[in-house]
Amino acid sequence: MQTAIENTEATYISPRLLKVFEAAGFKKVMNLFITAGFPTIEDTVDLILGYEKNGADIIELGMPFSDPLADGPTIQYSSEVALSNGLMMDDIFAMVAEVRKHTQIPIILMGYINPLLYYGIDRFFENAATAGVDGLILPDVPVEESGLIQIASQNNKLPLIYLVAPNSTDERMRLVDKKSGGFVYCVSVTGVTGARTAAEVSSSVERFIDRINEHITQNPVLIGFGISSYEDAVRISERARGFVVGSALINNIRDERDKNPNDWKDAHFKFVHRLKHGN
Amino acid sequence: MANSNTNILTPEKNGVNVSEDLKYSFPDTRGYFGSFGGKFVPEILIPALDQLESEYNVVKTDPDFNKERFHHLKEYVGRPTPLTLASRLTEHYGTGKIYFKREDLCHTGAHKINNTIGQVMLAKRMGKKRIIAETGAGQHGVATATVCARFGLECVVYMGEEDMRRQKLNVDRMKLLGAEVRGVTSGSRTLKDATNEAIRDWVTNVEDTFYIIGSAVGPHPYPMMVRDFHDVIGLETESQCLEIEGRLPDYVLACVGGGSNAIGIFYRFINDKNVKLIGLEAAGEGETTGKTAATFAKGKPGVLHGSLSYLLQTPQGQIALAHSISAGLDYPGVGPEHAHLFDTGRVKYYPVSDKDAMAAVKRCSEMEGIIPAIETAHAIAWLEKLMPSLSKDEIVVLNCSGRGDKDMGTISEYFYGS
Repeated sequence: MQTAIENTEATYISPRLLKVFEAAGFKKVMNLFITAGFPTIEDTVDLILGYEKNGADIIELGMPFSDPLADGPTIQYSSEVALSNGLMMDDIFAMVAEVRKHTQIPIILMGYINPLLYYGIDRFFENAATAGVDGLILPDVPVEESGLIQIASQNNKLPLIYLVAPNSTDERMRLVDKKSGGFVYCVSVTGVTGARTAAEVSSSVERFIDRINEHITQNPVLIGFGISSYEDAVRISERARGFVVGSALINNIRDERDKNPNDWKDAHFKFVHRLKHGN
Repeated sequence: MANSNTNILTPEKNGVNVSEDLKYSFPDTRGYFGSFGGKFVPEILIPALDQLESEYNVVKTDPDFNKERFHHLKEYVGRPTPLTLASRLTEHYGTGKIYFKREDLCHTGAHKINNTIGQVMLAKRMGKKRIIAETGAGQHGVATATVCARFGLECVVYMGEEDMRRQKLNVDRMKLLGAEVRGVTSGSRTLKDATNEAIRDWVTNVEDTFYIIGSAVGPHPYPMMVRDFHDVIGLETESQCLEIEGRLPDYVLACVGGGSNAIGIFYRFINDKNVKLIGLEAAGEGETTGKTAATFAKGKPGVLHGSLSYLLQTPQGQIALAHSISAGLDYPGVGPEHAHLFDTGRVKYYPVSDKDAMAAVKRCSEMEGIIPAIETAHAIAWLEKLMPSLSKDEIVVLNCSGRGDKDMGTISEYFYGS
């Protein structure tokens, strides 16, 4: 397939993201995903700051959508909770701006294109950039459809971060690398987001990572989908620059809140600390 | 234009390549119908869609593939379906002349099987062993389970639990045909959620699984492919109308949910500017009540299930819950080609309420001896508005897209309280 996409200028990369990868050196970069507004709107900023204290290098903040078709039941659940909490797009920008008063940890927004279209693409990118967002992951916007957002992205120096999957061709990997600004998100298995067993994240990951390292050369690679423990993270990200954890955090929040509804955050942050450090 | 003497079922004439001489030429190479369409899917599906597109481009004009397809349509589906004069309805209105294109007489009871035959042949050709589908009313699920039984393929159908309740008969039909019906409990538990689950299954099992989409929706090339496989409806209608009346119809009416039966009958006539095309969408309890599925009356452009089209949404850009008494129209989106035809004004779309559709179910049953699907009844209801404005000799063709047997539960409850 020929794609009509041309890179009109070099993809911008946020200095905050560059700094994280430089500072990490040989250490793995840990990107933690949390749905904005889950479990409550008030919790989100606390969680982000706590994640950073306990080892997070990048925060991926989920913008909830009613029909998240690249996500599994866990993130669908957290999205439904966030929406029923009444979360609005402007609340998300307010959360980012609040975090920026305390820290410069890179924040990537992850979400689906429809709420952005309704909000207005230009307005979205302006407000996100002003709040201090460093990049954007839109799983239902492959490079074919990037025309919708490309100009707003360039004008606001807010780059897209694209995904590659085990079934992506070599050519496709090079295209995604060229279009991404900050890192490339590698999906370790075909499927939706969600925690998986070791057997499911099979040895075919090895061959996939060989291809990634050969064809993705401009951006660092973070690997995700199916990581729920320190051991998973060590094994799966062995030859990548770092890893992403999402559903396992949501699951842990649900477990800890069940055990201790009023005081669950410390136990949750311990879980986060173990993800990064193994203890 | 087609000659009335030609046998309707010759693939040479019916092959999709016939459309090359038409002025209307959509989608473009990126899968866009004007501003609508595209491929808004996760990266994992891109290789699968690319493969599907190139395979479809090969078979589209392949005489052998189309010969076999038309063989199945004739010998298994029972095509061509008749163009029946609705004589008592015609008499009732006293103006114009009403014909029904009898898709309700297709094997399995609706037009849906025209498409599943085509897609299952494609799946088989691509070496896929497993078929998945989403279904609302259950008609597409039944049509998929049917062709999977016929072609010997494993079949999994996703269906919202709310729809499983409304359409129990079709659930049992699918099971009897050997399909696994997976109930969907997320969101509104209807077609939209069943589609989400089917896409998630596809993302997970993309290597061995073929997703048979049931309406003219989804990412490119699905809206084009589904349209092309249903084009036989319009093609037959054109020939039959020329044969019976010696000219093309003045009006063509069809109900629109995702829009597969409508695009199937409209597509042939898009360049015939004198043929007025009318799509009827489900207003539910009324397009101003919030309990509606009237996508054009109440929706705005947006992205759902892989394409950019009109969508019912909340002020935050979340997908709104649709409502219609008819499970097949209970969907917050509409196919991207319809969005284009709406924007250009080539097709006019109007909302029809649950109440008017149910009255039409009754009227059609009593006056024509045809119990229509509630979906189809939305088009039949529009005759009340349209017919009084027509002159005596104007010809109206209505796509009688499905029969109402599957709706007897809803119909009994509505009219007889049981």
